Amino acid sequence: MSDLRTPRAKVRGLGAAREGTGHFIAQRVTAIAMVPLGLALIAAILSQLGAGYLSFRAFMGNPLISVGFLLLIFTGSYHMRLGMQVVIEDYVHSEGLKVLALLGNTFFAIVIAAVAGFSVLKLGLGG
Amino acid sequence: MADAQAEGAGRPRPMSPHLSIYSPLISMVMSIVHRITGVALFFGTIILAWWLAAAAWGPDAYSTFMGVADSLVGRGVLFGYTWALIHHMLGGLRHLLWDTGRGFELRTVDRLAWGSLAISVSLTLVLWAVVIGGMGGAS
Repeated sequence: MSDLRTPRAKVRGLGAAREGTGHFIAQRVTAIAMVPLGLALIAAILSQLGAGYLSFRAFMGNPLISVGFLLLIFTGSYHMRLGMQVVIEDYVHSEGLKVLALLGNTFFAIVIAAVAGFSVLKLGLGG
Repeated sequence: MADAQAEGAGRPRPMSPHLSIYSPLISMVMSIVHRITGVALFFGTIILAWWLAAAAWGPDAYSTFMGVADSLVGRGVLFGYTWALIHHMLGGLRHLLWDTGRGFELRTVDRLAWGSLAISVSLTLVLWAVVIGGMGGAS
């Protein structure tokens, strides 16, 4: 009633957010990197399942393994943040809730990366 | 969205049919499963962070974690997690193939969908059989 402009007129000329291509490329680059890293993670889980603390300390003391975990953590948290962003944008239509969900998505990915990354450094550097 | 349409056009526009009206096709089911496994892996990183943080915390925290992870329920969750990771990975490789413009023939799409499901399930089963078999031999 108060606004006689059509929905199309309101958005004409505003254009896209101009971030789509960067998102697309980052999604693919991290996906490719996740193939060897994901396989290594499965091997790590299955080799350590049921083994004790000392076994895992020795495992993580190997620099190749701790660097692999760091790569996995940062690539994985970046990749999952991009993916969850698309899921939220597809299903959450209320603007306020969407912003909150996107914010939560970013915070979650960073907290996971910080906790897991710091733990790997502590184990790898022998703290 | 409905409000905006009503405001602009004066009456609701016809909507395109949605998921509920189609009979499930394997390509469609695998597309949905790809998204569900992605979301599951997202929340599964909590377990990964718990695992690493418990080890950084010390022996007691680690044995608490391993007690849960190596229980029947824990193994079930980890089995699901490894399957989701393998399945999502194969789904992702399928998408990378499609990104090159290849593999869009209907027959190929169906084969890729069934193939990724068959490989993810059998590979996960083989890996876990090796783990359980190996542990039985060691203890």
